[in-house]
Amino acid sequence: MSENSPLLLMKGIVKQFPGVRALDGVDLEVLPGEVHCLLGQNGAGKSTLIKTLAGAHQPDEGTITLGGEPVRLSSPIAAIRLGISTIYQELDLVEGLSVAENVFLGHEPARLGFVGQREANRATRALLERLGHGEIRPTTQVGRLSPAARQVVSMARALSHDTRLIIMDEPSAALAHDEVGNLFRIIRELTAQGVAVVYISHRLEEIRQIGDRVTVLKDGRTVAVGLPAGDTPTRQIVSLMTGRNVEHVFPPRRGGPATGEEVLRVEGLTVPGVFADVSFAVRAGEIVGLAGLVGSGRSEIIEAVYGARRFSGRVVVEGRPVRRGGTAGAVRLGMGLAPEERKAQALLLDQSVTRNISLASLGRYSRFGWLDRRREAEDARALVETLDIRPPDPDRPVKTLSGGNQQKAVLARWLLNGRKLLLLDEPTRGVDVGARAELYAVIRRLAEEGVGVLLVSSEVPEVLGLADRVLVIREGTIIHEADAGDLDEHRVLDMIMEGSAL
Amino acid sequence: MTDPQGQAAASPAEAVESPMESAQGPVGAAGSPMESAQGPVGAAGSPVESAQGPVEAVKPSADERGRGEASGHRHAGAPGWPARLGEVPHLGLVAALALLAVVGLVTVPDTFATGSNLVSILALAATIGVITVGATFVIIGGGIDLSVGAVMALASVWATTLATQSYGPLVMIVCAVLVGAGAGLVNGWLIAYGRLVPFIATLAMLVAARGLAQRMSDRKTQLVQQGNEMIVELSTTRLLGLPLLVYVFALVVVAGWVVLNRTTFGRRTYAVGGNPEAARLAGIDVRRHTVWLYALSGLCCGIAAVLIMARTTTGSSTHGDLYELDAIAAVIIGGTLLTGGRGSIVGSILGLLIFTVITNLFILNGLNTSDQLIAKGLIIVVAVLLQRRSLRSST
Repeated sequence: MSENSPLLLMKGIVKQFPGVRALDGVDLEVLPGEVHCLLGQNGAGKSTLIKTLAGAHQPDEGTITLGGEPVRLSSPIAAIRLGISTIYQELDLVEGLSVAENVFLGHEPARLGFVGQREANRATRALLERLGHGEIRPTTQVGRLSPAARQVVSMARALSHDTRLIIMDEPSAALAHDEVGNLFRIIRELTAQGVAVVYISHRLEEIRQIGDRVTVLKDGRTVAVGLPAGDTPTRQIVSLMTGRNVEHVFPPRRGGPATGEEVLRVEGLTVPGVFADVSFAVRAGEIVGLAGLVGSGRSEIIEAVYGARRFSGRVVVEGRPVRRGGTAGAVRLGMGLAPEERKAQALLLDQSVTRNISLASLGRYSRFGWLDRRREAEDARALVETLDIRPPDPDRPVKTLSGGNQQKAVLARWLLNGRKLLLLDEPTRGVDVGARAELYAVIRRLAEEGVGVLLVSSEVPEVLGLADRVLVIREGTIIHEADAGDLDEHRVLDMIMEGSAL
Repeated sequence: MTDPQGQAAASPAEAVESPMESAQGPVGAAGSPMESAQGPVGAAGSPVESAQGPVEAVKPSADERGRGEASGHRHAGAPGWPARLGEVPHLGLVAALALLAVVGLVTVPDTFATGSNLVSILALAATIGVITVGATFVIIGGGIDLSVGAVMALASVWATTLATQSYGPLVMIVCAVLVGAGAGLVNGWLIAYGRLVPFIATLAMLVAARGLAQRMSDRKTQLVQQGNEMIVELSTTRLLGLPLLVYVFALVVVAGWVVLNRTTFGRRTYAVGGNPEAARLAGIDVRRHTVWLYALSGLCCGIAAVLIMARTTTGSSTHGDLYELDAIAAVIIGGTLLTGGRGSIVGSILGLLIFTVITNLFILNGLNTSDQLIAKGLIIVVAVLLQRRSLRSST
């Protein structure tokens, strides 16, 4: 195999599902030792393509060539045997088993049917050291590890096979900024050893940092093959993904300091061991952003304000105090929460869009407990149209929607309920660029209508672009507060990582 | 693994979903790529517009698109006749029931299709049927209630003590219902606020209620006394050929269906069972709801106790032995997920009828009751296998 002959070559891949042509002639070419980025909106076919590569789906048409040989990836095991490992977005580790047991799950070193645990531990330690994480002990239970450490374990598992190609589906989604740096270091070491990486992420800046080449998918087709990751203009990539240019992603601010009534006042809020003595206020019509790393206490602050977590201190909504540990009270006071884990914490996945939207407002449709389902359906349909939830079918199970549309359904739930204060925790996680812009517009419109918004995001540009005022939080303390216009990304990153307030 | 598409028409539960897709198929084949092709344009469109007028940015474009696609939706929502047939829920269960009826007509033509036999099937189904309604609520709500049979026995014993009987039949009925609901409240409180796993809390109740019933009755069967025959008349008096207790059963089923499908309580039950965290964060008091679910199950046990007193003219600590297994089996056969969040009353009742008809057929054919148990076990396995397949295809 010569230097430039591709390790993986997919040609004309077609995958048909009932009613949907998920892949409609996709081409992909990955060279040995490169980081090949896969871009595309939700629903463009990325997941299906990954699953095809992982052997979980069989393509209906097309050819796959690995190292010059035509192959059939008939099952996940077949793919692994051929040297293709996949790290899924939702990490598939068994929490009750140890690190080593997870790494060698399914291919335990065994002698006469007895697992060679010592050997597995030794091999796992070697793998973890190769990944620069010798401090993770092979005997620790995975359930006790942080998300970042679990990521490393997943990677060790991928490497425990004789791997030529690793597919990473949004590996940075669960990671904080500094942890992403470590992920990149590991990826670079792997590629230096000739392993190729297919890297999927929604974060363009990451792709610039780590990627070599980019393939863009749109509507199940390849629209660009092998663009240079470093110097293809963002505008070009976005327009390839969406079919048009995006000039202004963020809606404009109203300008001037917020003058609305104070809807939320937080005084001396403390959850021992997580954050301490946090005080701030949110006015009607104002978007306040909390910028900080994962683990800085941002999400926990939001949960405490919502009454979902015990706290000390005072949380007051329009003059009325929030009771500790009762979300029903928070909802009664006019709060709404779009939690971080949309699927696990917000949605009834099996149920229709309508039922998800009305969940927090059932009282308004009931008379002596009897539901007025016609009015419920009318209101849900109106919201589906207003927020442009696609497909515009309120009876569809919410699990069939893309991430962005699911998030819109969550926002619709609180729109229906006429909220005074919305708490948004990572509202655009896992949402593609085009749908993000729409979500931003919706959030801004809510503020225009007089809702106070408290926004948490890992992405500093998002906080700076969307919020009116920004609170910078580090290790459970607010270290800086300023109008978003007076801050720039580098300064905020400096503060949340170094703690230098100036 | 077999091809998921190939299975589409095979299982009844899938048939509910696949016609939806095939109905959209022709429209979707041309329509959905179009939509998604327009999608990003619109997606990126609104923020650009919002640069000029943020307030109206989302609305006008959305309205336009909404109107444009509304017609498309109507097409998708009105599938043809054959597809609609597939949407009939529980088609598989009805088919299974029909098959059993055919077996009955062929093997015991003289006895099976007689009025008296059908009445006895319904009367037999009524007691567990009422319990099954309560169990359906608990299981959709993400729990399990193992104590139903024991609680029913306790209620029947409590209502037939000489002390209770001296107050007359109405007080006996109220007593049975209150004892059932009270035991359910204890279950619910232990699970919701005591944080016991439902399996364990209701297992403890099963054992304890059975013991208490034995103590109260001194392990003797307590007869319904003279003067309280009104209770027995529930089973002997007939209206339009059916004993009154069948109407009680029907009433409980209808009430259960209405509560589950038409009220906020039912809606919250699905939410609490499907995703308790989402329900909690949407402002639903999950714990309080859990208490009510078990109380409801207990209430059903109390009603069932009245029915068993009517049928057997006794209260006894041995009533309802293993009813919990029959009720849970019926619920599962009916397509309700043991993990909660999905299920239906109609399915459960069909599941129960299947069970009851099998029992009846075995008796009429003079077959071994052990074989009957084997047949029931097989049915549970087959039903769950079909369910699992439909689950896999829909995710």
